[in-house]
Amino acid sequence: MIIQALAFYLFAGVTVAAGVMVIAARNPVHSVLFLILAFFNSAGLFILLGAEFLAMILVVVYVGAVAVLFLFVVMMLDINFVEMRHGFLQYLPVGALVAIILLTELVLLFGAWVVTPVALQTMQRPIPAVEEVTNTHALGQVLYTDYFYLFQASGLILLVAMIGAIVLTLRQREGVRRQSIPTQLARRHEDSLEIKDVPTGSGI
Amino acid sequence: MLDTLAFPEVFLAIAGMAILIYGVFRSGNPTRPVSWLVVLALVVALLAVWFGPEQGQAFGGMFVLDGFAVFLKILVLLGSSLAIILSLDYVDRENMARFEFPVLLLFATLGMLVMLSANDLISLYVGFELQSLALYVVAAFRRDNIRSTEAGLKYFVLGALSSGILLYGASMIYGFAGTTNFDGIATALIGNRVEQPSIGLIVGIVFLSAGLAFKVSAVPFHMWTPDVYEGAPTPVTAFFAVAPKIAAIGLFVRVLVDPFLGLVDQWQQIIIFISIASMVLGGFAAINQANIKRLMAYSSISNIGYALVGLAPGTEAGVRGVLLYMTIYLFMTLGTFAVILCMRQKGRMVEGIDDLAGLSKTHPMMAAAMAIFMFSMAGIPPLAGFFGKLYVFLAAIEAGLYTLAVIGVVTSVVAAFYYLRIIKIMYFDEATDSFDRPLGWEASSILGGSALVILLFFLFQAPLIDGAGAAAASLFAG
Repeated sequence: MIIQALAFYLFAGVTVAAGVMVIAARNPVHSVLFLILAFFNSAGLFILLGAEFLAMILVVVYVGAVAVLFLFVVMMLDINFVEMRHGFLQYLPVGALVAIILLTELVLLFGAWVVTPVALQTMQRPIPAVEEVTNTHALGQVLYTDYFYLFQASGLILLVAMIGAIVLTLRQREGVRRQSIPTQLARRHEDSLEIKDVPTGSGI
Repeated sequence: MLDTLAFPEVFLAIAGMAILIYGVFRSGNPTRPVSWLVVLALVVALLAVWFGPEQGQAFGGMFVLDGFAVFLKILVLLGSSLAIILSLDYVDRENMARFEFPVLLLFATLGMLVMLSANDLISLYVGFELQSLALYVVAAFRRDNIRSTEAGLKYFVLGALSSGILLYGASMIYGFAGTTNFDGIATALIGNRVEQPSIGLIVGIVFLSAGLAFKVSAVPFHMWTPDVYEGAPTPVTAFFAVAPKIAAIGLFVRVLVDPFLGLVDQWQQIIIFISIASMVLGGFAAINQANIKRLMAYSSISNIGYALVGLAPGTEAGVRGVLLYMTIYLFMTLGTFAVILCMRQKGRMVEGIDDLAGLSKTHPMMAAAMAIFMFSMAGIPPLAGFFGKLYVFLAAIEAGLYTLAVIGVVTSVVAAFYYLRIIKIMYFDEATDSFDRPLGWEASSILGGSALVILLFFLFQAPLIDGAGAAAASLFAG
């Protein structure tokens, strides 16, 4: 038990510290690296919860793809982050005011939150024990069986997004030299090489 | 296989992907054959909806089919296929001929079918996104035209915001009911009826309605409409004005009537407010417009206001009125856009209302058809538009919403001003330049067909009213 608690506080502490560093670091590349650290430690928290599949997905998807993408964006786009922070203090009062109003509203709303008794009954339905159904199996069941329809429809949305991105950005440029493998293969050395007999002492 | 409840949706999805592959591999410019293939696919889906099963649930209760969904799906498929046929000539002429255009419209239509069959907050949202994402892209389809890209960007940013609002509302409803299924939410409400409905649920419904009101472009969420209508390529505007509006209003009706019928007192105020605001703003703001596409944008805002009058009572008669109104709206709008698409002088598209001057001399048939649409939109009997308004106002009066009905009648008189102004310009102003000929057989036949439907509606309205009545009854039975 004590080891678990220690591990939890280690992972949680590092996650929070890394999260703070993401927004505090001056260098955006460092921010992304701290983000990766936060992801790894959150994955550790998931493992402590017994959600090993989510932990692996977090590492594969977020560290492997999303963070690398961020890194690319940060390095390729020449954004002056110091200038972006310029005027932060100027907008702070208005922003803080809006935030406080929203917070009060949310507190008022959730203070009086009611869940219907009917909903509580649905919630109390027994969740199968971990020994019976593994994490991965349960998630697969939800994703590919219960929510199969929505899974397919989401796939269509991604397809539309892809078509849209291609339609709006692909341009046929003039004068682009493309590789043509048949032409390359059809070339013989007579076409490109010419053997000249150069007499000694005179140029070509 | 034809007995499968979701056959039209599955068929459209597969057909869309197959047509996409065909378009990629066909040599030459495949836009025209691809467009016709898309129309064919939509017609097959339409027949499948028409003759397919009429009732049932599928995919674990996430997909529902009833008379209401069937009725609106037929309208949406009809509207989409006619709008694609209308776009054919324009797309060729204006250098928009890329085969992805009809394919994107097909996927948008598929999204609308998903929306109309939604029986779950998640399938509602997924359908919405499928439709909206395709529409954002087609709004910006003329990517070298600054106004078109502006329209696409504006639509995208505001649409994303409204989706966020909608999702926030959905999460609150889920937090209250513990389920996203419409039937489940209705059951949760029945268990809760004795107490005062929880404030969180009400806020959730308000947010959900705000998101939906954005999609149907009801005031005060209408700001994007005139800019997007004006900036988007005209066939895209024609598409926007018809099918997505019908689908969104259908979804609006289903969401409020299916799970939340027990809370009619709560959401009625919202609907009455946005309905009155839409009718008033649509009526007054359109008066000063000089661009016909902007005018149609305001006209569609006010039309949505009238359709919402039918939703406000939350009764079967009201929903029947909405269905009839949207049917008539489909033909009026498509016909009007067929005219707008023919507005071409010396090979250039024109969009000013003044460009219609003297149309009665140069194109008498077109002017007559346009006059029929305008009289119908103004609600002058015996044209179809009059009956559309009649049934929604009757439903409102039956439910005791007198103020709403009176304001509706008054604003429709105001709106009559600008519809009649167009007729005056066509018939009594001096012609400047004649429109180019030929009009193209697709546009002329859609123009003539719609005009006939509007003109002769009163002769064959009985089966349509029965159909709409049965569809509305099926929504309330479920």
